[in-house]
Amino acid sequence: MSFFLQFMIDVLSLGGAYALMALGLVIVYGILRLVNFAYGELIMVAGYTMYLTSGSGLPWLVMAAVAVLMAVVAGVATDYIAFRPVRAKSVTAVLITSFAFSTLLQNAALLFISPRPRNVPLPEIFSETVQFAGVITPARNLITIAAAVVMLVLFSWLMRRTVLGIAMRAAATNFTMARMLGVPANLIISSAFAISGLLAGVVSMLWIGRIGAVVPGIGLEPLLIAFIATVIGGMRSLQGAVLGGFLLAFMDTTLNFTLPQDLLKFRDAFTFSLVILILLWRPQGLIKGPASGQRT
Amino acid sequence: MAKNFTTIAILSGLVLVMVIVTNLLGVRLFDRIAINLCIALVLVLGLQVFMGNSGILSFAHIGFMGVGAYTTAVLTIPIQMKGMSLPDLYPIIAGIELSPYVAILLGGLVAAAVAAVVSYPLMRLSDAAAVITSFALLVVLHTVMTHWSEVTNGPRTLFGLPRATDLNLAAGAAIVAIVAAVAFKESRTGLLLRSSRDDEVAAGAMGAHIARLRWQAFILGALFAGIGGAMWGHFITSFSPKAFFLKETFVILGMLVIGGANTVTGAVFGAIIVTVTFESLRALEAGINQANIFSEQVVGLTEIVLALAMIAVLVLRPGGLFATHEIGALLGRRARKKEDG
Repeated sequence: MSFFLQFMIDVLSLGGAYALMALGLVIVYGILRLVNFAYGELIMVAGYTMYLTSGSGLPWLVMAAVAVLMAVVAGVATDYIAFRPVRAKSVTAVLITSFAFSTLLQNAALLFISPRPRNVPLPEIFSETVQFAGVITPARNLITIAAAVVMLVLFSWLMRRTVLGIAMRAAATNFTMARMLGVPANLIISSAFAISGLLAGVVSMLWIGRIGAVVPGIGLEPLLIAFIATVIGGMRSLQGAVLGGFLLAFMDTTLNFTLPQDLLKFRDAFTFSLVILILLWRPQGLIKGPASGQRT
Repeated sequence: MAKNFTTIAILSGLVLVMVIVTNLLGVRLFDRIAINLCIALVLVLGLQVFMGNSGILSFAHIGFMGVGAYTTAVLTIPIQMKGMSLPDLYPIIAGIELSPYVAILLGGLVAAAVAAVVSYPLMRLSDAAAVITSFALLVVLHTVMTHWSEVTNGPRTLFGLPRATDLNLAAGAAIVAIVAAVAFKESRTGLLLRSSRDDEVAAGAMGAHIARLRWQAFILGALFAGIGGAMWGHFITSFSPKAFFLKETFVILGMLVIGGANTVTGAVFGAIIVTVTFESLRALEAGINQANIFSEQVVGLTEIVLALAMIAVLVLRPGGLFATHEIGALLGRRARKKEDG
């Protein structure tokens, strides 16, 4: 029983973080049908903001808020620099500009900050452990679960109840039609990037909470996770992204418990092969999104 | 037909001129740059064969370069060295020591074989799904290279490859790659594949077996990548799996995009331009670091410039410098215009 509880906490906390990562990627993909390769660097930007503000003596929550804000700014910047100028051209062009923008940000961090890891301030509670019902677990796992629940509730409220959310969902279903009915395209796309940045900022806090330091390449793993989760769940569906995140966390945790030690190092190869298989079986992912309209 | 020969002649001529100039100058640094450029040409042309003709972005290319490099490493490291550089190698292949030239070819063939096995199902996918799976494939290949210690010495540097790649070999391979890329583009398969790039539905309706066409191009591209990787291995003589990951993918992709992915000419010019810029920036970086202007080492400057150049090219000329026509066709057209006028 306590093993089961432990397993569930692991899956839920990992899955919560994964689901947020995937959502941030899929909200842009849903509207633009374009993959944002610079997504991982938003997480890096938030991390470095934490490092740069760490000497300021501000309370941790204020620093975290500034960091999340910077991720939002970076997200909108991605739109302006990498997406807007080439959006209407070819899919490949945008994939490459976002890849280039990601490299640009990473190397800027290398050049202006340092290739070495930098420590990020964390509140006490991230390193404490909690014991209940016979299970000992780090408090940050519970914080991750709570943060994920809050973000998911907030996000679904935004998408279902607000004008912005409804307009964004309309744009994701049929972009041309939504524009004709007066939805401002650029505003919607920028908002999608801003929300993507917000999610990346929150994920960054949770992710760095596990590691405690930030390096220029920190965004790669979250990006890969977000890729896999969205591919499994369905590239076009927001519910699918959340489902994919939790499913991936379930697979990762299960493999962690079951794979023998010398195969465990190949875990990534296993999960990625699984992704390829799922894509072959259902190229759309597990949950199909809204009927596809034309790209801008 | 004639315009294809003009294209081949001009592009191979460029490589030959470079070889002659480098030999005349006899500066070791230029020699190194020229070899690097020729290897980059082979790699970029391999990517062009797939990406240019099918229109699908592939991230996995550099992974196959790694397959080629490690294959040739296992086959050519001298037996007495193997105990040190690959202590856990399986006994069956530990006794093999082939000539590097044979092993380079085998490296290409193994890369092509791996590509043939893993990629067939992936070729059914288009757009974002295809890109993400190719990215996943790169990560799978990288993970395997990093952790299969018996064959790759794990994440550590593998050393002891005999140095076999000189300028003549690299330039020869580059010219063969140019000819092969043009020939493939103009072949029946290439033509059908390009039609599927321009309109997938129409090409499919006319009876083109798109998945198989892409598969053939992918295997050919992997063959190039494997040979390029193996030659690079025999040039650099020691490397680690880190050499075959995102940074190199970015450079090769940058070359192809700046030059223009749809044409062989674009791939060649992109490789030349990027290599020259890269080497000068790297020299600048080294100069700054030596002069100790800043308290810390300057790293990443070259990548930043390349990234900006890529974005600029794509914004201004989305198809790259040579978007649709090979250089032979462009010159031919200009000549005809002169006659008419």
